[in-house]
Amino acid sequence: MDTLALLAQGFAVALTPENLALAFLGCFLGTIIGALPGLGPSNGVAILIPLAFTLGLPATPALILLTSVYYGAMYGGRISSILLNIPGDEPALMTTLDGYPMAKQGKAGEALALSGVSSFVGSFFATCGLVLLAPVLVKLALLFGPAEYFALFTLAFATLGGISSRNQSKSAMAAAIGLGLAMIGIDGSTGTQRFTFGEIHLLEGIDFLVAIVGLFAISEVFLFLEHRGADAAVGVSLGRITVPLATLAKTWMTMVRSTILGFIAGVLPGAGASLGSFIAYTFEKRLVDKDGTFGNGDPRGVAAPEAGNNAAAGGALVPMLSLGVPGSGTTAVLLAMLLALNITPGPLLFQNNPDVVWGLIAALFIANFMLLLINIPMVGLFVRVLMVPPHILMPAVAMISFVGIYSISGSTFDLMLMIGFGALGYVLRKLDVPLVPIILGILLGNQMEDNLRRALTISNGDWSALVASPLSIGIWSLAVIGFVAPLVFGKVVQAKMRATVRRAAAEADPD
Amino acid sequence: MTSDRVLGAVCLVLGLAFMFGASRIQTGFILDPLGPKTFPMIIGGILVVSSIVPLVKPDPAPGWPSAQAMMEIALALAVFVGYAVVLPELGFVPATALAAAALSWRLGNTPLKSILCGVGIAVGIYVVFHLILGLSLAKGPLGI
Repeated sequence: MDTLALLAQGFAVALTPENLALAFLGCFLGTIIGALPGLGPSNGVAILIPLAFTLGLPATPALILLTSVYYGAMYGGRISSILLNIPGDEPALMTTLDGYPMAKQGKAGEALALSGVSSFVGSFFATCGLVLLAPVLVKLALLFGPAEYFALFTLAFATLGGISSRNQSKSAMAAAIGLGLAMIGIDGSTGTQRFTFGEIHLLEGIDFLVAIVGLFAISEVFLFLEHRGADAAVGVSLGRITVPLATLAKTWMTMVRSTILGFIAGVLPGAGASLGSFIAYTFEKRLVDKDGTFGNGDPRGVAAPEAGNNAAAGGALVPMLSLGVPGSGTTAVLLAMLLALNITPGPLLFQNNPDVVWGLIAALFIANFMLLLINIPMVGLFVRVLMVPPHILMPAVAMISFVGIYSISGSTFDLMLMIGFGALGYVLRKLDVPLVPIILGILLGNQMEDNLRRALTISNGDWSALVASPLSIGIWSLAVIGFVAPLVFGKVVQAKMRATVRRAAAEADPD
Repeated sequence: MTSDRVLGAVCLVLGLAFMFGASRIQTGFILDPLGPKTFPMIIGGILVVSSIVPLVKPDPAPGWPSAQAMMEIALALAVFVGYAVVLPELGFVPATALAAAALSWRLGNTPLKSILCGVGIAVGIYVVFHLILGLSLAKGPLGI
C-alpha cells in the first residue's frame, strides 16, 4: 500500500541518531512541562520554539523535537493530577477524580503505571488514525480553492472557542484582535504600510513568536505572582510502579472506547484534549460505573481520561497537518512553528515535503514508545522535579522565555513587545477572553486576507464567489453551526464539567 | 460587571480607531479588487460588534488581586522592563542574575537564597544555551 511505503520512508528519516536523540529530549522535556502545574503544553512548546529556531535545526528535526514535547506534555499532565490532586495541565483535570483517591489508598505507583499505559494506548492508536485519516482529508483539501480556504479559516475561528465556550462574543473579540495585529506591517500584495505609525520595527509586522511567548509564558508568571504561596508538593509514597494484569484485563475495553471518543473529539475543530478526556470519562462512568466506584479510585476512571486526552492530542494533528487549520491551542502553536520554518501545512505539504510529514508521523510512533519507557520506570525522577519550589522554577521559566526571544531578534524592542503581550495576556485571562484565537489571528491573518484577495481577483470583485461552490457553502454552514452551538449548549456543557469535578471532589473528601 | 463594561468600551474604541486607521491607509499603484483597506475594515467591524455584548450583558467581574498582589505584579513588570533595558548594557549573566534574584525574592525566597538562585539560573542558562547549544546571548563589558 502507498501509505505504508511512505511510512517506511518516514521511519528511515526518523531513525537517524540525531532525530532519535531529539525525540528523546523532547519526550523528556515534554513530560516535565506537562507535570509542572502552571506550565501547560502550549506554554512549553511556545517557550521552546524560539530555541529550536535559533539552534538552526532544519524543519524535520525541529518538528520532531516539538511534537515530542507536545506528546510528552500530554503524558506528564497526569503525574501531578495523581500525586497532588492538581492537574499538571488542563486536559489532565479529569484524571484527578480517580487518580488522587488511588494515590491516597497507597496505589499511586499503580495509578501512574496504569495511566502511562492508557496514555500509550490512546496516543498510539490516535497516531494510527492520523496515518489513515490525514491522506483522505488531503484528497478532499486538493479540491479547495481560495474561496474554500477563506471559509475554512473562518470555520477555525468560529469553532475555536469550543463547545464549552462561555462567551462567544469574547472569542470573536479575541479573533478580531489577533487578526488586527496581523495587519500591522507592510501589506505583501500591495506594498502599502498599515498601522506601523512610522515605527521601523513594525514594518515587518509583529513576530508571532513574540506574541505567543508573551501571551502564554509571561502572563503565567503574573498569574503565579497573584496566587503566590500556593501549595508546594508533598511527599507521596509511590508504591509499586506496575500494573497488575487483572487491572489491565479490567480496563482494556475502557481504553479502547476512550481512545475512539478522544480521537473524534481531537479531530473536530475546537474540541481539543480537555473535551476528549471529559467525554471519555463521563461516557465510561455512564457505561460501567454500576457500583458507584468512580471518583473513589476506580482504575477505569484513571484509564478513561488519560486514553481520551492522549487520543485527542493525536487527533488534533489531523486537521493541523492536512488542512493547515489547528484544532486546539497547542496545535496552533505548532502551526506557528511550521510557518516560522517556511513550511505551510496543508495538502501541498503532503505532496511537496512527504519526508517532513511522514518523518514526523514516524517520530510520533517512536516518541510514544520512548514515553512509555520513560514514564513508567523513570517516573520517580519526574516526581522529584515536581518538588522544585516555584520561587526557583518561575524565574527560570521567565528568563528562558527572554533568552528565546532575544536570541531570534536581539532587539530590546521585541523584548518590550513581549512584556506588553504578557501584561495584555494576564488581563485578558482574568477577563475570560480566550488567548488562542488571538494567536491564531496573528498566525493566519495574512493568509486569510491573501485567500480572500485571490478569490475576489478570480471573480473580478464579485463577493458572491465566496459561497459559489457546494463545498464552500458546506464549510460556511459548519462555521455558523460551530459558532452558534456553544450559545445554546455551552452553558450546559460547562456546568456539567464543573459539577462532575465538584461532586467527585466532595465525595472524595467528605470533610 | 464593571470589568466587562470597561473591556467592551476599550474594544469598541479600539475597533472604531482601527476602522478609522484602515480608512486612511494609503493605496499604492497596484490595485486589486480587495485593496489594502477592506480586510482591516471587516476586522474592525467584528471588533466593534463583538464589544457590544460585554457592554450590554457583562459577565460577573473576575476576582481581581488585592492591592498588595497588584503591587507584586507591577513590581515584576518593572523588573521585566528594567531587564530588557539593561540586558544589552550589562551583558547576559549579570542582568539575568539580578532579574532572576529579584523575581525569586518576590516569590517568597529569602534574600540570600534569592541571590544564589539568581546566579544559579543565570549561570545555568549561560552554560546550557551558550556554551553547549551555542546560542548567542547579550554580551556585556565583562564578556558574559
